[in-house]
Amino acid sequence: MSAEQCFTLDGRRVPFQDGQTLMAAALDAGVYIPHLCFNPEFAPHGSCRVCLVQVNGRVQAACTTPAAAGLTVQSEIEELREMRRGILQMLFVEGNHVCPACEKSGACQLQAVAYYVGMQTPHYKHFYPRRPVDASHPEAVIDFNRCILCELCVRASRDVDGKNVFAVQGRGIQARLVVNTPSGQLGATPFSIHDKAAQVCPTGTILTKHRGYETPIGQRLYDRKPISVVGDVAQLPESRGGRRHD
Amino acid sequence: MIEPRLKVATCSLAGCFGCHMSLLDLDERLFDLAERVELDRSPLTDIKELGECDIGLIEGGVCNAENVHVLMEFRARCKVLIAIGACALNGGIPAMRNQFALKDCLEESYLRGVGLVNPQIPNDPEIPLLLAQVHPVHEVVKIDYFLPGCPPSADTIWTFVSQLLSGQPVALSYTQIHYD
Ligand code: SF4
Ligand code: SF4
Repeated sequence: MSAEQCFTLDGRRVPFQDGQTLMAAALDAGVYIPHLCFNPEFAPHGSCRVCLVQVNGRVQAACTTPAAAGLTVQSEIEELREMRRGILQMLFVEGNHVCPACEKSGACQLQAVAYYVGMQTPHYKHFYPRRPVDASHPEAVIDFNRCILCELCVRASRDVDGKNVFAVQGRGIQARLVVNTPSGQLGATPFSIHDKAAQVCPTGTILTKHRGYETPIGQRLYDRKPISVVGDVAQLPESRGGRRHD
Repeated sequence: MIEPRLKVATCSLAGCFGCHMSLLDLDERLFDLAERVELDRSPLTDIKELGECDIGLIEGGVCNAENVHVLMEFRARCKVLIAIGACALNGGIPAMRNQFALKDCLEESYLRGVGLVNPQIPNDPEIPLLLAQVHPVHEVVKIDYFLPGCPPSADTIWTFVSQLLSGQPVALSYTQIHYD
């Protein structure tokens, strides 16, 4: 066995295993690269583009780029921070994100990543799309206004729960999350609050009913420390302010 | 020599005055502030006409014709314009009406509301006309600084204002930036 294979990430040597992506290796090394559609428990999706890094000078998504020995990767540089800010701003204006009226606020990955990249304002013209809220399920509510189309619920329901409850319909700006039943209502599906799909949403789209605003402001997951220190809400046990129901 | 105080104007458009309450939460720091700034038109003064100002603070989004008028006047008279609070930045709670047609909102409130006597939609010419949708202020005029929060805390406002008045770059700490 030769010496460990490494690439450099912002000047720091990061070791990796064969087949690992830049994101997976960075995660193992404890280096945070902001992300939304990436969750280490699922195959990378590469759709949100928040994890853009410069790989030997070329901008690529860290979650889908295979690690290779000797690569020079840059992440925390102003040029990329600006791009990430732009992506976050577009995600905010494309939906309806009224954080003061959202139960997920304070423990929301989308919001926390926006803080991390220094988003002061959504900047762009707001779309104010008209999207429904589905409260037909006894245990969960879906507020489509907050969906960023990361497809984590789609992947979780299909690949882990084996229920295939969610899908994305339409293309481009018409793309939207739908519930896979003729009525389109969550209540008509076998979805359960104990499903993996109920635990992975990085936004306040899929929420548990009958509980909300339980943690006082100031004590919520991302109130005191940034997501780069605290970690993703979906990866944390409920006892630590995360979303897992196990 | 006493330095001339900077002129500051403030207004609340489609907001709840929460950001102004947060400003008042500066408590004793208001004395320090008063040594450095002089209030022009503001809900905290009785000045009706906006003068030439150094700084304008805008709370709230734009929901009616009067809001547009006031906002444009602030832009014309203030050297630096600051949007403060969620409503000014993204429309906030008032913009939740953008999910519905204006007609439906008015009918729900004034014709179908609970306990109404002689229901009718108010149409006095003195009442500013509502816009079809609520908008953040940056969609109407150029904004120089944005201060998120619902409302931003007094500490955040203090840090921001102190840095601005002393000509430093604005740099807020992690806990001073939040969207709720
Ligand atoms: S999902 Fe997150 S960003 Fe969107 S309104 Fe809720 S807390 Fe805010
Ligand atoms: S509901 Fe949540 S998990 Fe599903 S696609 Fe939308 S943002 Fe992603």
